[in-house]
Amino acid sequence: MAGRFELLSEQGLRLDGRRPHELRHIKCKMGVFEQPDGSAYMEQGNTKVLAAVYGPHQAKGKKTETNDVIINCQYSQATFSTSERKNRPRGDRKSQEFKMYLQQALSAAIKSELYPRSQIDVYVEVLQADGANYAVSLNAATLALIDAGICLNEFVVACTASLSKSNIPLTDISNIEEVSGGPKLTVAALPTAEKIAFLEMSERFHIDHLETVIETAMAGCREIRDILEAAVKEHLIHIGSAADWGRVC
Amino acid sequence: MAYVALSEAEKTFILHGVEEDYRCDGRSRRDYRPMELETGLVSNASGSARLRLANTDILVGVKTEIDVPHQLTPEFGKLEFFVDCSANATPEFEGRGGSDLAQELILSLKNAYESPFAFDYRSLCLIPGQQCWKLYIDILILECGGNLYDAVSLAAKAALFNTKLPRVTATLLDAGITDLIISDNPYDCTRIGIETVPLLVTVCKIGDFCLVDPSAEEEACSTVSMVVAVSQRNNEAFLSGTHMTGGGSMHRDTMLNCLQLGLSIGDYLDKLLVKMLKQEQERVGPKRPKIVGFLK
Repeated sequence: MAGRFELLSEQGLRLDGRRPHELRHIKCKMGVFEQPDGSAYMEQGNTKVLAAVYGPHQAKGKKTETNDVIINCQYSQATFSTSERKNRPRGDRKSQEFKMYLQQALSAAIKSELYPRSQIDVYVEVLQADGANYAVSLNAATLALIDAGICLNEFVVACTASLSKSNIPLTDISNIEEVSGGPKLTVAALPTAEKIAFLEMSERFHIDHLETVIETAMAGCREIRDILEAAVKEHLIHIGSAADWGRVC
Repeated sequence: MAYVALSEAEKTFILHGVEEDYRCDGRSRRDYRPMELETGLVSNASGSARLRLANTDILVGVKTEIDVPHQLTPEFGKLEFFVDCSANATPEFEGRGGSDLAQELILSLKNAYESPFAFDYRSLCLIPGQQCWKLYIDILILECGGNLYDAVSLAAKAALFNTKLPRVTATLLDAGITDLIISDNPYDCTRIGIETVPLLVTVCKIGDFCLVDPSAEEEACSTVSMVVAVSQRNNEAFLSGTHMTGGGSMHRDTMLNCLQLGLSIGDYLDKLLVKMLKQEQERVGPKRPKIVGFLK
């Protein structure tokens, strides 16, 4: 790991001035669009993601043969989302990979027994990429699913974590920290049940540190869950104020 | 285009409304729906704009690159359009589903911008024959609520207005080789002149009448539309390209009427847009509104 850029300054601050356990600023909004059944917009630092959900509807094509719910995802990244222009918004290996991972994590959260022979489409569009793209996409997808009224076991949220040279775990990795070559761990979790729906890591960790880094990511997940939950409640108060549901939450 | 389910009765209702010059949403045939425009909301792009025209949502990002001019036009810079129909708009656009529509939009924009009178390609040239700016105008369609052509061209013009090109100075090295120095200071930049940049106006024929800014439902009732590109020069509106879309046909007189209508509407729209953009540019410092983007 020689020559690796130091992620943590001597004062214990990260490159963007955060402390090791701090998340980036999160802003979100549900019900951005009219046409989809559910939609959400999420901003985590400079990473900005739009998600739309269509369904549940009758499964199309040859997918109708199975009895289970089909969760169809698409991950695409706007061509202007990165500092270098991307040539295509989707179809590259990275977006195929993210699409599969989204499917995996969402399948763990959706109450599939309620939607036999149906299909749920989840489309994610990254408008600005600044690290933790998968995690923010999944969080936005969760909000969009809730906006669409699809039953979930619980919030499925994702968070990234890394490890500084001095073995201090870092939460919510930004793009600059990603490219400076530290290890990266992404966890998608069902925080209340303390279940992990999806885990991915790159670079290398010593097995002794893995536990603490996972715990850091889980703590991040719990924090994000609280933020999302507050956002959902506020949205409900907002849309339900006419019918006086707001006070129920 | 996104599929809209309409019954025969609903189509007749829309048709009658158009005949009476009182459309379903209360507009006359020459009225636009309300628009929202915001510029400079994508920080990774040199210029950006988001336009929401009722239910149509367009996000445009402009990226810049230094390139070699084309051999036939050594004094011209380059423009490249790219349209991506996001599946967020409709599930039909999933995978490659939106590529036909995207191609259609790219072609009509290209046609409209082709003339050097419509877009000042010379301003993008750095060293004739050697270096020029290449602008990538990346258009993302997030929601389709009808009238994509107009919305896309308005958003593209606003994004071009917002684009900041860093100042470039050239130094002459030995053996006639020039070296470009690009300013690092984000405030040391030049803007692109947008006075002549064309707008597209879709004139839609429903029954025997022509109207502008069709909603998705109205588009489903129309068999043929005329897309008119209007470019402003010396306070006069010029035609910088036109094409017909849809499967139907129209009489020559109707076509001329459509062109006239498109031209006058485009002229008006352009003046309004430029006025608004200038107003926004003048609001600096504490008066500058915060970027809200999709959080509104």
